[in-house]
Amino acid sequence: MARLQIDGVTKLFGSVKAVDTFALEVGDGEMVCLLGPSGSGKSTVLRMIGGFETPSSGVIRIDGEDVTRGAPERRPTTMVFQSHALWSHMTVAGNIGFGLKLRRLPRAVIREKVENVLELVGLKGYGKRQTHQLSGGQQQRVALARSLVLEPKILLLDEPFASLDQHLRERLREEVRDIQQRLNITALFVTHGQDEALALADRIVVMRDGHIEQIDRPDQLYREPQTPFVAGFIGTMNMILGEVSNGAFKGAGITLQAPIADGAATLAVRPEALELKPKATGDAHIHRAVDFGTHAIVDVILPGDVRVKAMVPPMHGFTADQKVEAVPQQYTIYRDNKVGYRSTQESAAPAAKSLADAE
Amino acid sequence: MAQQLASRRIDWVGIFFAVVLTIVIIFPLIVVGTWAFTNVWRWPSVVPQEMGLRYWNMTLARQDVWTSITLSISLATMVTFLSAVICLPAAYAFARLDFPGRNVLFFSFLVGQAFPKFGLLVAIAGIFLQLNLIGTFWGVVLIQLVGTLLFMIWIPVAAFQGVDRRMEESARDVGASPLRVFWSITLPQAGPTIAAAVLLTFVNTFYETEGAWLIGAPAIRTMPVLMISFINNQPVIQYGAVLSVLLWVPSFFALLFARRVINSGSFARGFGG
Repeated sequence: MARLQIDGVTKLFGSVKAVDTFALEVGDGEMVCLLGPSGSGKSTVLRMIGGFETPSSGVIRIDGEDVTRGAPERRPTTMVFQSHALWSHMTVAGNIGFGLKLRRLPRAVIREKVENVLELVGLKGYGKRQTHQLSGGQQQRVALARSLVLEPKILLLDEPFASLDQHLRERLREEVRDIQQRLNITALFVTHGQDEALALADRIVVMRDGHIEQIDRPDQLYREPQTPFVAGFIGTMNMILGEVSNGAFKGAGITLQAPIADGAATLAVRPEALELKPKATGDAHIHRAVDFGTHAIVDVILPGDVRVKAMVPPMHGFTADQKVEAVPQQYTIYRDNKVGYRSTQESAAPAAKSLADAE
Repeated sequence: MAQQLASRRIDWVGIFFAVVLTIVIIFPLIVVGTWAFTNVWRWPSVVPQEMGLRYWNMTLARQDVWTSITLSISLATMVTFLSAVICLPAAYAFARLDFPGRNVLFFSFLVGQAFPKFGLLVAIAGIFLQLNLIGTFWGVVLIQLVGTLLFMIWIPVAAFQGVDRRMEESARDVGASPLRVFWSITLPQAGPTIAAAVLLTFVNTFYETEGAWLIGAPAIRTMPVLMISFINNQPVIQYGAVLSVLLWVPSFFALLFARRVINSGSFARGFGG
């Protein structure tokens, strides 16, 4: 339950800028995901909020109080580590109760709080176990309980589910989201998995090489990526290099309306926005079609050996080597790492129609 | 059926090793043990003519034996204690901090071991002579302390390095001061390996003879030094044998204790990091 303000924070490791003028505000009870490939600086941001790294410049405030240079033990934050980092010489209850013991709470109060939080994370009655007797998922729950029991103002999660298998990861992230919303905790979550970010976050911060690419709601991020990097990182995106001249984009045999200045540009189309039409002759052909049950993905090779993916309904009837026409229904044209032109449903339709007519 | 056949197959290699190890390790022990409880054993008899506790009584009746036992135990305890007080914080510094000259200093502990030890001791004895430390308890403590540095620095350094930093960070995270983290997290995590180092140091110091003899003689006579002088000066084998068996007792208890404290991986972790 707190507001977090990060203002122009930069972190240098030697001469390398791990984080470059990072600014973010997180509201009360909000869950924000830091998403990016490894080396993008997302963990460093989290560690600076937790107090394990000191920013080279910039200010971090929690509820208005400057904590930029405070030691981790003096901050109202707790962190769930990637490797869970449980203390193997203590029992489960010992792990969870350690922070409370440091706060000199009476033993009875500690016991009660530990039991309550164990119940919260679904590990009722596990207090007397040794940590090595638990499974990976249970260990991560204990780590979560250890953080939650201190009722932190801000909960930090550093890829907590990275070492778990797919199913467990999905279940645990839903539980974490439930608990976070029920207790209304302000939380920051670091991950390199877009599924995790999309499933958990109120807002997502996409990071690359230490700087922020885009901050947005998950659905916005998917539909309106502001840079080609975000477009490629969230979900699957077909990227086609081409040229704009006289308000039309041309590349890999595709021609589209693009009311921007002439010059090189990149076309971005989601697989689900790429319509395939069988065609008797032409340069585009199907390389492979894979049916996933709910949908099918068709790999298409466009003129100039450009490979793209299209999502079609299952039982589509497309076969390898079949000649097709690829028609973007919705697309974005990027130039200089920015959006140059984004089609709306209405503007894309006539273009597709005219191409269909030409056939 | 297949299982029966497999279980009946005799592992000759295993038996060979067992036999060789028995001859090399157990046989000398049996010989020494037998001599300690022999009253009369003349050539060419394979077994002693007369067994008994006569030499035990004679050995244990000697005042110098008892003095040396107490001396050896208090020496080894003091050296181990001082070594732990000096070396453990140093080991932590080596493991966790980065300071100029760290690697050179760390390596120097090994270099000390590479010299022929006796030459080094004679040189130190020269210095000790001027400081009036020759023949004193503290002189021997000092010289034996030098010998413990390798074990008490290198093994704990590996032990501290083996403690996951994130365990320490997560302890800071829930509110522990750096000192509290060391006490409540780092030390217990490194504990078994450090216990192994302390134990090795105690046993090694207890059996150390060169330094004890060179610096301690003639006033300070530890048990192993006394045993050597018995063996050198007495034509009777039994004195030496009885003392050997006596000397074996503390290390036996140390190892029993070690089995309880040290889980099997700790030693390997200590050396392997």
